[in-house]
Formats: sequence, structure tokens, C-alpha cells
Amino acid sequence: MAKVKGDIVIDIEKCKGCELCIEACPQESLETSRQVNQKGYLYIVKIEDNCTGCVNCALVCPEGAITVYRKVDKKKEHVAKITNVTKDINITVNE
Amino acid sequence: MNEKRMIEEDQHFEDVIAEESICIQENIVYEKPDTLTDTPFHYCPGCGHGVAHRLIAEVISELNIQEETIGVAPVGCAVFAYNYLNIDMTEAAHGRASAVATGIKRVLPEKYVFTYQGDGDLAAIGTAETLHTCNRGENVLIIFINNATYGMTGGQMAPTTLPNMKSTTSPFGRDIATMGHPLKMTDLVAQLPGTYYVTRQAVHKPGNVRKAKKAIMNGFKYQKENKGTCFIEIVSNCPSNWKMTPRESNKWLEENMIPYYPLGDLKIPNVKEN
Repeated sequence: MAKVKGDIVIDIEKCKGCELCIEACPQESLETSRQVNQKGYLYIVKIEDNCTGCVNCALVCPEGAITVYRKVDKKKEHVAKITNVTKDINITVNE
Repeated sequence: MNEKRMIEEDQHFEDVIAEESICIQENIVYEKPDTLTDTPFHYCPGCGHGVAHRLIAEVISELNIQEETIGVAPVGCAVFAYNYLNIDMTEAAHGRASAVATGIKRVLPEKYVFTYQGDGDLAAIGTAETLHTCNRGENVLIIFINNATYGMTGGQMAPTTLPNMKSTTSPFGRDIATMGHPLKMTDLVAQLPGTYYVTRQAVHKPGNVRKAKKAIMNGFKYQKENKGTCFIEIVSNCPSNWKMTPRESNKWLEENMIPYYPLGDLKIPNVKEN
């Protein structure tokens, strides 16, 4: 099974803490921080490591402060590992 | 035992490798479009204007028409729209954005011309200009943000304010007997023969945002066909003047605004889409 791994980067100086992304996130991985940014807003931080990169938070963000990354690891079981050489080499077979 | 631990360590090592380096350029699936400048928005937290600006910027970036687009900013909350969109923009007198856009489009017919107006600008002071622009069938795109209040001036009653909705000039709620019914501009212009594509969208949920983006994309594309005015209403929220948090305002919007202003296409071109 392909494994989807996502991540987001929030521009905390742009964030105004409107919490719309918290409501949009299906994984519930966002939360309001305890600290304020330069403008005095309680910005949003990612607290869980279960992001799938579904882009929902970035779509509803009125400030355009969220950048979303996603990586799909295909066919992880086909990874072979060659040892007994001077340096370990990983070979990935993509089908 | 030792072997088992080694396998575990190997797996841990692989996991670490897999967890690293996700935030790199090639893995980006969504980022701020380059048509949007780095200036932070002056809008209140949770305001739908920011999403609407970003969608327009995304569409312009995707169609690669940054140098061929001219926008007309209104008077209202979106008066500083030219600070945020990295395209040629001009400012119009209050309510006259569609008249200014008409002039621009007639002088430069090859350019993409759009106006970005709120409900105080388009539905109150600029009703005549808007209706006649749509009636003449000018080839401009009118984007209408409807948040049922006068946002910039402090939450007075707008023509689009819902019945029994409180505002600073209707503190006991909008009384239909003395203050009239809410004005459905989109339904009004859909009746005019000059319009080509009329739709109403919202930006309060991810699915609606995607639909709104598609509508704006169509609005820009149809300008090349020279068939008439495209009119896109975006039902939006105003947390500050509705005296709610952004999340409450979106909930209120869904429960009250959407039943009165139902979403969907009111007029679509007859041509079959490929």
C-alpha cells in the first residue's frame, strides 16, 4: 500500500489565528499556540504528526499562510538492501 | 536477540530517512500563488476576502495571464486590493467599478478585465452601473463579494442584509415592512440578456473553495469568447460586524445566508463543455 506522508509549514507572522484551519483539518492535528506573533495574534501550530497533505487547511486559510507538502512512498515492500560492501546502498524498485 | 535488535535499529534508521526531507520544493502540493504579493492582508481574522483574493491570484497564475489582466478595485473593505494582487489595477469611484471596467475593456479589448466589488459598492450605490453593464453585455468579469453588511464603515445595514438580521442601523433586526427585502443581485442580473455566465459560490468550506475557484476560472476563460458579462457572487462572512468568532460566523453563514442565497449556477452557457 502506498504510504502518504504530508507536512505543512505555517507562516506564523502572517497567521491571524482565525482557527478556520483547525475546523477544516480532518486529522485534528492543528492547535492554537500559547505564544503570540509580532502582531499579537495567537498563531496556529501543528501538534500531531499525522498530516496527509490533504490541502484543506490551506484552502480555507484567508491569509495564504500555509504551504502544503506531500510525498507518496510507493511499494515500500520492494525495497532491497545490499550489505557487506563499504557503504550501504538502498535500491528502490518502482512499479 | 542481538539480531532482532539490529533489525529494529535498521527499521528505525529507515523511518528516520523516510521522515526527513518532506518539506522540499518538489513535494509542494499547495503554496501561495506568485500573483499574490507578500503584503499581509489588512482584513480581519477569518474574513472571506482573503480566500477570494487568493483564488483570483491562483487562477491568474494558472492561466499565465498576469501581464494581460487589469483589475478594478472598489470602495469598501477590498479598497486596497491593488496592494495584494501583483497585476495592473486601478481604483474606481464608489460603485462605478463596472463602468470603469467597461471603459478599459473597450479601449483594450485584448486584455482580461475584472472588477472586485462588495455588496455596499455593487448592490447599493452602484446598482445602476452594474445592471447597465450587464444589460449592455460588456465582456468583463464582475466578482461580487456578498457579506450582508457594510464592512468597512462599521456594520450598517446593506441592501443584502437578511430579514431580522441586526446591524448598527437596524438594531432591532431588519424590518421588511419599512426597510424592504434583501436584494438578490445575482438573480436580477441572470434575467438580463447581456449576461453570459452567472453563478453564486461560497468560500467557507474546502469543497466550496474548490468550486469557487472553478467558477472564477470559467469567468476568466469566457472573456475570450466575447459573449457577454460574467457575474460571480461569492457569499462570504464578516466576523467583526456580525459580532462572532470566525468559526461561529461560518456556521451562521451556512445556516442563514445559504438558504436565502442558494449556491449554484444561475446561468450557464449553452455550449457543451469538452
